[in-house]
Amino acid sequence: MIFSNILIYFVVIPLVMLGMLFLCRNMNQIRTVAVVGSTALVALAVYLVIDFLHLRAAGADAVMLYTDSWMWFEPLNIHLAVGVDGISVAMLLLSAIIVFAGTFASWKIDPLPKDFFLWLILLSTGVFGFFISIDLFTMFMFYEVALIPMYLLIGLWGTGRKEYSAMKLTLMLMGGSAFLLLGILGIYYHSAPEGGQLTMNLLEISANDAIDHNWQYFLFPITFVGFGVLGAMFPFHTWSPDGHASAPTAVSMLHAGVLMKLGGYGCFRVAIYLMPFAANELAWIFLILTGISVVYGAFSACVQNDLKYINAYSSVSHCGLVLFAILMLNTTAMTGAVMQMLSHGLMTALFFALIGMIYGRTHTRDIRLMGGLMKIMPFLAVCYVIAGMASLGLPGLSGFVAEMTIFVGSFQHADMFHRVFTIAACCSIVITAVYILRVVGKLLLGPVYDEHHLTLTDAKWWERLSTVTLIVCVAGIGCFPNWINDMIHDSFLPIIEVLTK
Amino acid sequence: MSILILAIPLFMFLLLGLTGMKMSHKLAGTLGCLGMGTTLVLAYTVAFTYFFSGSPEFINAAGERLQSILWNATWLQFTDKLVIRLGFLLDPISAMMLVVITTISFMVHVYSLGYMRDHHGVFEKGFQRFYAFLSLFSFSMLGLVVATNIFQMYIFWELVGASSFLLIGFYYTKPSAVLASKKAFIVTRFADLGFLIGILVLSYYTGTFNFTELTSAPVDGLANVFQVNEATAAGVKSIFANSATPLFMGASVMTWALVLIFMGGMGKSAMMPLHIWLPDAMEGPTPVSALIHAATMVVAGVYLVARLFPLYLMEIRSLEIVTVVGAVTALYAAVVACTQIDIKRVLAFSTISQIAFMMVSLGVARPEFHHGIGYMAGMFHLFTHAMFKALLFLCAGALIHAIGSNDYTAMHGLRKYMPVTHITFLIGCLAIAGIIPFAGFFSKDEILTACFGNSTLWYVWMSAVAGLTAFYMFRLYYLIFWWKEHKVHEGHHAPHDQPWTMTLPLVILATISCVAGFVPFGNLVTWNGHPMFDHVSFFTNLEHLDWTVAAVSLAVAIIAIVIATVMYRKENPLPAKFRNALPALWTWAHHRFYFDELYMFITKNIIFDKICKPIAWFDRHIIDGTMDMFAKVTQRLSVSIRGFQSGNVQTYVWVYLVGALLMATIVWLCLL
Repeated sequence: MIFSNILIYFVVIPLVMLGMLFLCRNMNQIRTVAVVGSTALVALAVYLVIDFLHLRAAGADAVMLYTDSWMWFEPLNIHLAVGVDGISVAMLLLSAIIVFAGTFASWKIDPLPKDFFLWLILLSTGVFGFFISIDLFTMFMFYEVALIPMYLLIGLWGTGRKEYSAMKLTLMLMGGSAFLLLGILGIYYHSAPEGGQLTMNLLEISANDAIDHNWQYFLFPITFVGFGVLGAMFPFHTWSPDGHASAPTAVSMLHAGVLMKLGGYGCFRVAIYLMPFAANELAWIFLILTGISVVYGAFSACVQNDLKYINAYSSVSHCGLVLFAILMLNTTAMTGAVMQMLSHGLMTALFFALIGMIYGRTHTRDIRLMGGLMKIMPFLAVCYVIAGMASLGLPGLSGFVAEMTIFVGSFQHADMFHRVFTIAACCSIVITAVYILRVVGKLLLGPVYDEHHLTLTDAKWWERLSTVTLIVCVAGIGCFPNWINDMIHDSFLPIIEVLTK
Repeated sequence: MSILILAIPLFMFLLLGLTGMKMSHKLAGTLGCLGMGTTLVLAYTVAFTYFFSGSPEFINAAGERLQSILWNATWLQFTDKLVIRLGFLLDPISAMMLVVITTISFMVHVYSLGYMRDHHGVFEKGFQRFYAFLSLFSFSMLGLVVATNIFQMYIFWELVGASSFLLIGFYYTKPSAVLASKKAFIVTRFADLGFLIGILVLSYYTGTFNFTELTSAPVDGLANVFQVNEATAAGVKSIFANSATPLFMGASVMTWALVLIFMGGMGKSAMMPLHIWLPDAMEGPTPVSALIHAATMVVAGVYLVARLFPLYLMEIRSLEIVTVVGAVTALYAAVVACTQIDIKRVLAFSTISQIAFMMVSLGVARPEFHHGIGYMAGMFHLFTHAMFKALLFLCAGALIHAIGSNDYTAMHGLRKYMPVTHITFLIGCLAIAGIIPFAGFFSKDEILTACFGNSTLWYVWMSAVAGLTAFYMFRLYYLIFWWKEHKVHEGHHAPHDQPWTMTLPLVILATISCVAGFVPFGNLVTWNGHPMFDHVSFFTNLEHLDWTVAAVSLAVAIIAIVIATVMYRKENPLPAKFRNALPALWTWAHHRFYFDELYMFITKNIIFDKICKPIAWFDRHIIDGTMDMFAKVTQRLSVSIRGFQSGNVQTYVWVYLVGALLMATIVWLCLL
């Protein structure tokens, strides 16, 4: 029975929410549905984490737990196959938290609140579905479900050049999807040994180990690039600044917080796990590109004046670090990559939430037109400083843990090529400090720039709830990283095993 | 109990930080002081137990002090071997630092009760925040010194950096304070990059973060003497020698690791050329300068080198680098200190110079010479300097509080109005100048002895710097307390001494500065735990003085003080003549040899304008332009061919006919 599997509820709950939202008549009902639904998702994710750890402790050592598979389309052997390991569990938890925080951040969304939440929930359905699936086709389908609503969300509720940005973002990501589809089809047709049943199931493909090495040379790059576009890999990152700048608050949060993680997740779950030979051979090309991303994004962020552009470029740098660490192809660095995905997801969501809240008050995002906000809205300003500190890697907050794991892991490669890029990536911690402190100094500290801002009010309760949730998570990971580190670390062992075979 | 030393300040930070706004100022201040007071008592208990209990955990039968890990919890596991633990390492230097940090921190907590008010006794805005940050700093600093592994040290290293940032920028509406805090953070961050890479290199080759494994190996089970015994030294050396790249750019991997780690220390301890943040850091409230930027955080670099001293000893070249950097910085800072007018800046440069003394002391320390006296002297100076420099800063705070200006030209002749401050400041000056029997005399003398044992060059060099020290401190002293006082303006009351909360710390620190020199450090803190003297009495340090060195250093100090007296006792034309004799030197020293301008040029004109801006432009116009171009080309193409879909039936028929004819012709030709 399909409903006896806990994972399926990650899709069922959002779908029920969608149904309920259709019936809603006023703002209060919409909010009730959104809050109840997202709380249920958080509860479910927390329960899943606990249960997962429990099962692992009890000795369940399969690659994926809670696996199930239901036939969907027989001629192509497509299943609705689900299953999670420690990484997917962590990503589900992250997504649930960000959806929860995003709900409160869009408390006063205007106009068309109902439609906004419909699309937002549809988007999160796609995200959750992506993380629970282990069937390539289902995965791809959910991936698309997560991408399309973005177009409408930005196009309708965005700010600035929203039509242009929505179009650009969608087209570039669709371009990535095209590569991806090609890759998936290629994998499918080589997924079984001669004469065997072709399959879309990740675990079966990996077990078959049937993809010809020459084909891997072709399929690995296109799959990696396909996911890499969503992971803001240089030079396919330019949708990110424009897209983020125009997107409404909750969409920026979800997009930077979760959607960009789909890219990183797909890179190791599909590209590296299924094509380990090519991954070993070709990683250096992408290491160069992602290494560039890390430093390049940070330098670009130093001279931006729009708060959202700063964070978009900062995301390019931080997500570059995710892909960079994944390509190091060792357990420590890859664990660091997932930690960085969690950390970046939480703190960027926090950043975008705060930027949205500040923008909602001052009606500008240009740091040259603001100053001394610490005096006017101390709560939001303090949260912003905390987010900044997380971003520049202050110990006790999540960024530090993630970055250090990545650097220590990357440094385990003793050759000159990896060393040089690792040290270059380390340099980003200084540049990050520069652009973060530049913003903090200009925006929050110093004398009040605009007299009109003096009348503005500090955060409302729903805004406080949204930011405090995220800060607690950021600090939680930062102070007690080991349990989550272990969970992720163990999940990488099968991937490392196929890489070293 | 030892966990409370860290837990109490952390708890105070969270309590005051989260609920401070709801508290009264008085309650917040009292809570902060109480918390720090408890920590002080606990830290003293732990340190005294360590030094004097004689328990076999801490001292072996041969009288050698041991390293003892009180607790150690796994925090983050990278690989099987590389694990970050949070723990509590007790050995002579960490026990000593516990005493230093909690003493100064408690003094500053009490002092700030009086200082952080205006003249009418009204508490400053953000008073609770101030105490919260002080607690955060104390927590981080204590965590730093008790670190059991280098990564724990790095964690707290970053945290002290952040709390320093928060406290320098305490007056956050003041642009200069904001800039100074930003500068401090970024400069030290840059240095920490070196530290981090150093850690990566060191841990990659040795396979551990732990200090005990890096610097010592267990000898006879329990007896863990932290000197590098032959086995460890050989082991560590062969690890580096056998690594794939024994030489990189002419230096061994180990030298690289140690120099990179030292770079982190240079940043925190404001060694040239990374010193530029410290003078600006004086924008913070004066008690903060006393605590962080004079006594505790800035000596973290010295502490780091001392902590890894056995490793440095294996690679003498890296110690030589430490010596050279220290010596150059000491001279530079002393020269600059002679020309500054802001009283806190004089003290800041003096701090840089004195920390450089400690660095030199570590750099010249060799086990062959007097059981590595340089190491002991460096730590001794760290201890005494913390006391008298905190005293000088707190006096400066009292003066600034009374006058309302940092500029000593606004002070003059204050000895009549502020007798307590005058006497305590004078004691501080005598201590730093190295006059017997004040604390600085003993520690500085031992540093000079260590230099003497290493090379004549450094001995002469550092003695000259010691003379400069005495000169600029007494210049400052005379300019503040002597000269003719300014007229008190109508409506203003005359400057006067401060309330007891501010006076008490001054008196206590002055007392310590008088007697600290007699502490028999040689028996407490040595590089390998081995005591230097057989018997200890109050006069041990006096008895073991090398009187040739001591007589010279005393003579130098007294001559310098006499010169300062002649030049600055009263207003006279001598200083101006002096300045005119060497105008270039004076101008350069007054502008701190234009380091700030140089850095400004590099960061603004080169990094910002020549790197960041072109990259941002490149991204917008080339990368994004290419993406837009794809879209544009597609659009153009569609526009150019969309004319075919005109909806005009006649055109369609024409195209159809022409097409059909063409097809027919082709088919016909093929069939032919």
